[in-house]
Amino acid sequence: MEKELRLMKGNEAVAEAAIRAGVDGYFGYPITPQTEVIEYLMEANTSQTTGMVVLQAESEIAAINMVYGGAACGKKVMTSSSSPGISLKQEGISYIAGAELPCLIVNVVRGGPGLGTIQPAQSDYFQSVKGGGHGDYHLIVLAPASVQEMADFVDLGFELAFKYRNPVMMLSDGAIGQMMEKVWLSPQKERSKTAPEWATTGKPPTRERNIITSLDLDPNAHEIFNKKLVAKYDEIREKEVRYEEFQCEDAEYLLVAYGTSARVCQKSVQLARQQGIKAGLLRPITLFPFPTKRINALAGKVKGILSVEMSAGQMVEDVLLAVNGKVPVRHFGRMGGIVTTPEEVVENLKSKIIGG
Amino acid sequence: MAEVNGIKEIIRPENLVYKKTKIMTDNILSYCPGCGHGTAHRILAEVIDEEGLQSEAIGVSPVGCSVFLYNYLDIDWQEAAHGRAPAVATAIKRLLPEKFVFTYQGDGDLAAIGTAETIHACNRGENILIIFINNGIYGMTGGQMAPTTLAGMKTSTSPYGRDVKTMGNPLKMTDIVATLPGTYYVTRQSVHTPANVRKTKKAIRKAVQYQKLDKGTCFVEIVSNCPSGWKMTPVQSNKWMEENMFPFYPLGDLKIPEK
Repeated sequence: MEKELRLMKGNEAVAEAAIRAGVDGYFGYPITPQTEVIEYLMEANTSQTTGMVVLQAESEIAAINMVYGGAACGKKVMTSSSSPGISLKQEGISYIAGAELPCLIVNVVRGGPGLGTIQPAQSDYFQSVKGGGHGDYHLIVLAPASVQEMADFVDLGFELAFKYRNPVMMLSDGAIGQMMEKVWLSPQKERSKTAPEWATTGKPPTRERNIITSLDLDPNAHEIFNKKLVAKYDEIREKEVRYEEFQCEDAEYLLVAYGTSARVCQKSVQLARQQGIKAGLLRPITLFPFPTKRINALAGKVKGILSVEMSAGQMVEDVLLAVNGKVPVRHFGRMGGIVTTPEEVVENLKSKIIGG
Repeated sequence: MAEVNGIKEIIRPENLVYKKTKIMTDNILSYCPGCGHGTAHRILAEVIDEEGLQSEAIGVSPVGCSVFLYNYLDIDWQEAAHGRAPAVATAIKRLLPEKFVFTYQGDGDLAAIGTAETIHACNRGENILIIFINNGIYGMTGGQMAPTTLAGMKTSTSPYGRDVKTMGNPLKMTDIVATLPGTYYVTRQSVHTPANVRKTKKAIRKAVQYQKLDKGTCFVEIVSNCPSGWKMTPVQSNKWMEENMFPFYPLGDLKIPEK
């Protein structure tokens, strides 16, 4: 089957890709700037086509717990929201991580804190990458930088979620969610007719009962479980790091940026090079696991690194850890829903790194 | 020896009048002596067994005293976050509509932190069974005030008695869900006497049948005791329940299918 070319918003691409990926259930609650996801799915009337369940829940809290219930049945289930709604989901996300359930959570990030703004931001990095809910856990975090990647990361997200029995977050932002681009869509996949052996599908006489829980009151047993999670996250760090490099071969200065900021920085690299500054860009595609080793290697070749993100400086902490003091690392980013311009990045590269 | 032989003679299949149901596991129950949870579990296990639902049942256990319910019944289980069981069950039933899906929740779980999930699952008419154990107190955390705690009732967080002016009124969640078009069968029962046990079992059996017929939400409240939380003996607590809980939470059907 051929891929199909369409012009779509990022949010619509996620929805269409979910249908085509054979997703079994979507549970969501409207919030700007990602409401097109559930609107698109409802319009598609999936109960009459693939049989995908689409349900508008009474809250983001209910929606994420529906994801828990569906995931525990071994189904491909997902939700989407934007920053304040993702905060509400954090309890459920912690339980999903604790019960080791696969699912996809899409965050089309808007500015905060609080009700913040409906404009794009990248200020949920800490929440997504470091935890968000309570307890020691990690999400696998994918950062799309195009409408194409918002579509592609649905399939990739579920592949990783089921491979590691771990929740996956697609950390997008209001710019990519709302903008229209051409996107190649994969052919329709059939929904799976089988369930993993751990799923709660009703206990046949042939197996022991399956229990999905994150509770264990025995501290020794619970520490063993915690260590098992740590080993899983280490394996993910080892095997699943994804990034893209742009003109890094001869770079003297490195920009590190993901998502919308990475697209801006690609232009900044070109502008800098027109001015004789050999700049390069490393774009993390996975934020957890973070491309720590690659950034550390590049740090040995460049004179300084500017971390660019639409926040007060969150990812820069992971860049600093990766660089480990080899070269100066600074942060630049606009906030409040303002997308950084390529020129501003070059100016800040000059003032904070080259002249600094 | 003659007596021993006599007992041996009695232990014969045709003389068996009571035994552990197949669905109950051998795990030791975590409940206090005299608590109604064990009886409610047993009833549920009997119905699942007698209706042949072991391979069909998916239960959702709550946060509260019955948090370890999944250790006691030999079926597939999901442990939900506090109050979220109706949302969890919603997805299970939507994705596996042929299965028998139920939640088992206490009053704190269902009527306080999970109020929204309870009302909206019932309002959507999710085709699930919700079993609601109402003992008017938070048992697991050690006897704090619940949304269903009676006016004037003393708990560790209402040590001078529940003052409804500052602490709110006891919430009749079952009456509320009975008003929603999504609920099909709503009843309030107890398990403190053999007669009431039989009525509760009948109610759960009805709910199983209605779920098979895709009728909507069935909601079975069981008004129960909490000897430890109420600081009474089991016998005292059952008497206190009859004299105080039942007048405010009267037993009987609140909503039955229209003929």
